[in-house]
Amino acid sequence: MLFSGALTRFGWGPRGEDTLPFVPTRSELSEQITAPDAARFAQVGSTADGLIALRQQRKGKLQGDPLVKPLFQAEVATQLDALLLTNQPFRERLAWFWFNHFTVSLRQGGTRGIVGAYMREAIRPHITGKFSDLLLAVMRHPAMLMYLDNSSSIGPNSPAGLKRHRGLNENLARECLELHTLSPAGGYTQNDVTQFAAILTGWGVDMQAQQPGFSFHAKAHEPGPKTLMGKTFPDGEEGGLQALHFLGTHPATYRHIATQMVQHFIADTPDPADVTFVANVLHDTEGDLATASLALLDVPSKGNGGSKFRTPMDFAVAVMRALSLGQADTPSAPDDPRSAAHTLFGGFAFLGQPLWTAPLPNGWSDRAADWSAPADMMARADWAWRIAAHVKTGNPLDIAHHALGNTLRKPTIEAIKHAGARQDALTLLFTSPEFQRR
Amino acid sequence: MMLSRRTALLGLTSSWALGRSALAVAGTATSVQQSRFVVVILRGALDGLAAVTPYGDVSLVSLRRDLLLPDPAQPGGLLDLGGFYGLHPALSGLHDLYANGQMLPVHAVAGHYRSRSHFEAQDYLESGADRRLNSGWLNRVAACLPVNHAAPDGNGLAMGLTVPLLLRGPARVGSYAPPSSQHPDQILYSQIAALNAADPVTGPAFRNGLKARGFSEATLDGTSPVQGKNGQKPSAFSVLADAAGRMLAVPTGPRLAALEIGGWDTHAGQKGRLNAPLRQLDDGLTALRMGLGPTWANTVILVMTEFGRTVHMNGTGGTDHGTATVAFLLGGAVKGGHVGGVWPGLKQIQLFENRDLAPTTDLRAVVSGVLRDHLGLSQAALVSVFPQIPFSPENGLIRQA
Repeated sequence: MLFSGALTRFGWGPRGEDTLPFVPTRSELSEQITAPDAARFAQVGSTADGLIALRQQRKGKLQGDPLVKPLFQAEVATQLDALLLTNQPFRERLAWFWFNHFTVSLRQGGTRGIVGAYMREAIRPHITGKFSDLLLAVMRHPAMLMYLDNSSSIGPNSPAGLKRHRGLNENLARECLELHTLSPAGGYTQNDVTQFAAILTGWGVDMQAQQPGFSFHAKAHEPGPKTLMGKTFPDGEEGGLQALHFLGTHPATYRHIATQMVQHFIADTPDPADVTFVANVLHDTEGDLATASLALLDVPSKGNGGSKFRTPMDFAVAVMRALSLGQADTPSAPDDPRSAAHTLFGGFAFLGQPLWTAPLPNGWSDRAADWSAPADMMARADWAWRIAAHVKTGNPLDIAHHALGNTLRKPTIEAIKHAGARQDALTLLFTSPEFQRR
Repeated sequence: MMLSRRTALLGLTSSWALGRSALAVAGTATSVQQSRFVVVILRGALDGLAAVTPYGDVSLVSLRRDLLLPDPAQPGGLLDLGGFYGLHPALSGLHDLYANGQMLPVHAVAGHYRSRSHFEAQDYLESGADRRLNSGWLNRVAACLPVNHAAPDGNGLAMGLTVPLLLRGPARVGSYAPPSSQHPDQILYSQIAALNAADPVTGPAFRNGLKARGFSEATLDGTSPVQGKNGQKPSAFSVLADAAGRMLAVPTGPRLAALEIGGWDTHAGQKGRLNAPLRQLDDGLTALRMGLGPTWANTVILVMTEFGRTVHMNGTGGTDHGTATVAFLLGGAVKGGHVGGVWPGLKQIQLFENRDLAPTTDLRAVVSGVLRDHLGLSQAALVSVFPQIPFSPENGLIRQA
């Protein structure tokens, strides 16, 4: 027996024209992540294109991001269209979950031109593969290396360090240990952070290459073997590869990512038995994320802790999907502020969760307590009311049944029936308690 | 001494029949009732040595030459704070307050925790304990204050879309974000509230959201008068700070508020990167003062961050996560005009774990001093705010009326 409302719990809420049942079968859900990624992204550039744009802007001292901005807008348009239109909502939720786990934020690091490519190139191809491969792809991507400063970290005893009197920057090493892999429960020390930072020296970005991108700068690498968590790693790029494999397959890492997954999909306060269940799957499969994701359907608690509260992102996507906004045959134009994708983009910001702009490297919270303050709820009511103003067709009660299935409650049905206008009826649907949950 | 008398008489303000001397003290209690306390959280760890630089410490230059600004009186230099410390020039508004005796930096403060994780440290900073609690210490302060029947959301106010852990907990608090110009009418709002009434999460949220909005909009009457410098748009922080000031200025309004501002995690290029957030902070605190109007005289603002940064510059012109840092107290009720705290020194053996400014003052002792002398909290109340510590509150932070 699957959770009631599994299509919203593991996805993004039904679209008006969806034919998937509100409570899908196990095979219908598993097919969403075992089949290849069906998302297609139009008019986007590669990471190298983004870095070239950044390079040109710097070289020409161009103000206002004239070359980066169109790349960014194209990413927003096509990736949010994909989110609105996806027929693989479970896969799509995993992609955004793992992006948030490995947050890159526009608040620092100058990654606006490549953050979209980071999602497509580093995150999406690995979300149903091995965790250690995902970790490596992230740690070698220029967006992460720039966001957490590693591209400028230099071994103090390396040729570059000795010549320029520069040295380590611990930022990426610390957040990788704390947030991406072991977590503090893994028991690392300040010395481990420093050693790991030394291991990662030289992992940077070559901006001058014809195709700019990741590059290992041997001259900036701290020479000699280093010891992390009692294990010795060799000099050079190989040391980083080995260390990341060690961290990416460490039992504490499995425990930590199992906790994050259970918290995201099952309950704000994860049941330790659920965490152990998923961690064991990760351990037994050497970190296979597809198997671990499907294991979430079978956790011992059976999701009896109740539904998850929607974050602003969840909420805005669910509203627009319920209204069937966005069309596959007319993609959002990158520079059209009235397009479906840009309406959604504006909604994220209005509701307090602007796209790819988490305050800190731990990403956005997915717990109810962080998103259910009075001002949050008022913002949802106001935004839903504005979106509903543009809906000119459709019976609100049909939309409600389709969006909420067997979770739709009688009082909400009554409120919708008695509403004086379509806009009011839809606002009541979107502000109902059950619509705040997935 | 002063403290116990005040505390004992709190709540007697409406007793008309008291004798002359008691009435005088009741007057004091009234001013305690009118007192306001605002906490500004700097998320991301402010480098205290950059904000308040001990330019008189001879060890400083060798540790972070390239991060230093010129000494006071030189072009682009620090703003002098009494001959040993200098304030970052982006904090010129704070420096004016210092000159008026209304700003008190306290140096080498740290929480009781020694975590260098932003996330753990912020949780502990806001919990006021050495683990993450389900309530924040400012919420527990709100619970200690007399019940405020006139304010729809009680004593506390969170500025922004979400309530920080600092203000979360059993005591009712309001939250405020600037209202949009387009929204449902009163009738639809009340239908929404009714639809959610029975829900444990969304029910109270909508109820309080509506109350707060009615309250806020009446107070804020439309457009914000805040202007940015040179006609620029004011920062989001300034807009919220101005709104907070005006809501706190209402005599029956909330007495506690929390704001937050980021941009402090300067691992690279710190010297350039700190200017903007410091200026935003300074502008916002000015907006808060203007919004408070005459209530400024009864206000204390605490500016705090989760930890400081390494004393040595790192390899990329920045600083990594450290320990002790600076905190600021400002407001008309603050006894400022000097730098508080005990300077630990910067010689290698004086550093904490060979890398960080050593902590000499527990931030909770500073907070406790404010809570006791400004808000009139009793010893028992202080223990409920900071459960675990055998603390001795700092003396002499508050101007005695």
